[in-house]
Amino acid sequence: MSTMTIDKSGPTRKVKYGSMSRDRTWALRWSYFFLILFAIFSLTPPLYMLITSLKSSAEISAATNPWWVYHPTLSNYIELLTSNQFLRFFWNSAWVSIIVVTITMLISVPAAFALARMKFWGSATLATGVFLTYLIPDSLLFIPLFKMFAVFGDWTGIQLVNRWYVLLFIYPTLTVPFCTWIMIGYFASIPKELDEAAIIDGASWFQTLTRIFIPVALPGLIAATIFAFTVSWAQFLYPLVFTTSTDQLVLPVGIITTLIKGDVFNWGQIMTGALLGAAPPLIIYAFLMDYYIAGLTAGATKG
Amino acid sequence: MVDVAFQPNRTAAAQSGRRRVGLRNALRRKSMSAFLMTLPLILLIAILVIYPALYSLHLATLNKAMTKFVGFGNFEFLFKRETFWLVVKQSCIFAISAVIFKALIGFIVAHFVHNVPANKQRKWRGMLLVPWVIPPAMSTLAWLWLFDPSYSAFNYTLSFFGIGPIPWTGDAMWARFSVILVNVWYGAPFFMIMYLAALKSVPEQLYEAAAIDGANWWQRIWYVTLPMMRNIIAITTLFSLIVTFANFDIVRILTAGGPLDHTHIFATWAFRVGIEGSDIPLGASVSLFMVPILAVAAIFILRDITKRGNES
Repeated sequence: MSTMTIDKSGPTRKVKYGSMSRDRTWALRWSYFFLILFAIFSLTPPLYMLITSLKSSAEISAATNPWWVYHPTLSNYIELLTSNQFLRFFWNSAWVSIIVVTITMLISVPAAFALARMKFWGSATLATGVFLTYLIPDSLLFIPLFKMFAVFGDWTGIQLVNRWYVLLFIYPTLTVPFCTWIMIGYFASIPKELDEAAIIDGASWFQTLTRIFIPVALPGLIAATIFAFTVSWAQFLYPLVFTTSTDQLVLPVGIITTLIKGDVFNWGQIMTGALLGAAPPLIIYAFLMDYYIAGLTAGATKG
Repeated sequence: MVDVAFQPNRTAAAQSGRRRVGLRNALRRKSMSAFLMTLPLILLIAILVIYPALYSLHLATLNKAMTKFVGFGNFEFLFKRETFWLVVKQSCIFAISAVIFKALIGFIVAHFVHNVPANKQRKWRGMLLVPWVIPPAMSTLAWLWLFDPSYSAFNYTLSFFGIGPIPWTGDAMWARFSVILVNVWYGAPFFMIMYLAALKSVPEQLYEAAAIDGANWWQRIWYVTLPMMRNIIAITTLFSLIVTFANFDIVRILTAGGPLDHTHIFATWAFRVGIEGSDIPLGASVSLFMVPILAVAAIFILRDITKRGNES
């Protein structure tokens, strides 16, 4: 910043700062050059999805320039959006994600409030434990969880495996620890005087949470909600393990298992499905980028 | 009640007594309600995280039909299999090289974004973070199509430069390269965002002081930027190491472990053996091999976090 202001006052001391400002101009040009390269690298796959999704299968199998659409058509979109199966995947995904977000918030917000403000026996250990849980990956737990739910089904007769709602039990293990962790960070940054004032005015702990903490920490709450939604929407391993019938699948698994039939790849439809599957997180990101990034960086910089 | 009886004579004392009882009640209520508020969290972690983790230790000691205790039989069987050692080697190569490249690219790109005037940074940051936002299962499909053996758009482009068709997912070495490339593409934006946040927190005066002392750009990075960002670099790298080591989606969709198991990593092989091969105990034993490296990374992260907690 300050160097920029020196540059602006440059003309009066042309000789001294001329070279410095020229250096900066070149640095800026090089920065733009490499940024463009990296942006191409980043955006090639999503753009290629879009390009392919606008092609008919005849155009895809013809050996034309793959980077260009000669006869754009929306037939892939129409076919997928009128297919009951695809809409079923979409609704399954939407329901799972929305309910998981609700469950996550109901569990993690009160827990984060209790851990951040109401010091009790073992609260510090529990906060650390929550963070450690976040570090346990899904690929470590999927086999024992699968066996657990199968055994549970044998014991009680309640069959949960191969039902989409089994994911409602499993996804919170991915979302709750991280959301609790970042909410602890946000709640801890609220001045203590605020809740003391509320308590003195006769508010109960619950009222303090709903009237003071949730409104003040709303940005954190939005960031946590976005995180929970994107994680549940993108999760691939658990639905692949737990659901197999086509009417129980969520979007990512549905696209991969039903659109790829043996060795026949209908690429136009696969890319359309992938793009539609990527759309909800991308739309949320486009509108709430700052909250998204805040949630991303909060996990490591807060606490 | 007792207070009420004494009230006519000793009003003041009674009131203070009542207040003390009320306070004690409030305290009791506070710890009780705090416990109730955290109870769902505790139950969730205990039933769906800690119990399965211990259960997988138990599963790993059973035979394939899960009827007999075999002790370390599964592990002995794994140690004798060549594929297992291949998976160990590939997991390490995959995780370490992917994390190194993600960290390097993230660091470089963060610097470039930081160089750009502040009002344009938002736009660039928004574009460069797109790979991280798209669900990896979906974007890997796009990569699979870009790598397609007969219609590869990359090979089409490269053919203009006289570079022959590259078997992106057909040849063992190229398949490993492709898997790492996709992982770097997906993970580098995360590093970029973390480093960018860290770069912004370095006070400008330090660079001015360095410039006055005659430091060139390399010295500024080495003596100012890196020491200031050490914490964030360490924690991001360790975190990414865990996530990359446990990666499943990318390898599963891009190569499904092939050709000839030459891209399998722990998670995909555990899935192949445990779910597809329905040998749950063996699959559980395979995935348990991730624990040591995860534990080491977790300990370092935890040490860093408690250290920072004490400082603040």
